Amino acid sequence: MAAEGSGGIDALGQFQLHTALGPLGASVNFTQSNLMMVIAGLLVMGLVWVGMKPRALVPGRLQAAAELGYEFILSMCVDTIGQEGRRYFPFVFTLFFFILFGNLMGVFPLLFTFTSHIMVTLALALTVFILVTVVGLKEHGLHWFSYFMPEGIPKLLAPLMVAIEVISYLSRIISLSVRLFANMMAGHVMLEVFGAFIVMLGGLGFLGYFPAALSLGVNTLLIGFELLVATLQAYVFAVLTCIYLHDAVHLH
Amino acid sequence: MSQISGEPDPSFEERLKAARRKQGLDAPPKRSPDEQAAMGGSALGLGLRVGVELVAALIVAVAIGYGLDRLFGTTPILTAVFVPLGGAAGVLNVWRIFAPKRTD
Repeated sequence: MAAEGSGGIDALGQFQLHTALGPLGASVNFTQSNLMMVIAGLLVMGLVWVGMKPRALVPGRLQAAAELGYEFILSMCVDTIGQEGRRYFPFVFTLFFFILFGNLMGVFPLLFTFTSHIMVTLALALTVFILVTVVGLKEHGLHWFSYFMPEGIPKLLAPLMVAIEVISYLSRIISLSVRLFANMMAGHVMLEVFGAFIVMLGGLGFLGYFPAALSLGVNTLLIGFELLVATLQAYVFAVLTCIYLHDAVHLH
Repeated sequence: MSQISGEPDPSFEERLKAARRKQGLDAPPKRSPDEQAAMGGSALGLGLRVGVELVAALIVAVAIGYGLDRLFGTTPILTAVFVPLGGAAGVLNVWRIFAPKRTD
């Protein structure tokens, strides 16, 4: 967490980027956010590689985790998209675990949460959006544009409905990215604020001890809550990706 | 021992069915994807999702309206046209979350 200024609460300082890996990183603007992304990617690969190495019939803990993750995402893809969902399973699996590890690593002290930057979540959401559009165009060709024209509406209302549908379609980028970003940032701001309360109230002397202990309790609860939010938001992102892919494959 | 030549164990049939469905040999039962997403979150998560959907559509609409206004130099008009459309799109997004199951 960022150092406290002169008495104030610097809740947003923790999101500041600075370069990592010494002069080499500084020369190419390699920030700690990038470093965490690389670590998250390596951890996901490590989980799958090391976990599946024993190939035991009765899995150990790590293998069980890798298998459960695989089964979970596969059944989510197949249930939501249908049998065509198997084709998009690698993408959804990668996306889910990348976001999950990014969110979960942020709970640990001194580690940076790269999903707390709107630019990162926006890039992820844009990837999903472009993929979904390309999949739709590839599956249906120009017929895909009928997605914006709901069946059975009067001709007179068509321009209005098409405009609304297009806005609704474009709003997916914003809602996907803002949801993840807002959840992660809000959680970390809360942690920072209550952490600052502990220090400030504890410094007050005898009167401050009780409220300081209370803040400590709140912070402990918040960490648990953060774990829930981190997992849930990764899940929501993956499920919504599946729903959008379903729409692209089946057109409604 | 009376079942040897009779019909197979019902639990075996069930397991076979589940295994076939998992391997994609049988078509899976249709489930509304939006309903699943609604189940995925708590009440708080659902509430947040509705709020984000409403605001996101409005943001997109204002951005489009403002951008077109800047392009054509008709400053307030297109923004004013697109804001209600954005609101409607937001309501459409929320409706998509709660819509009753499609019968297809």
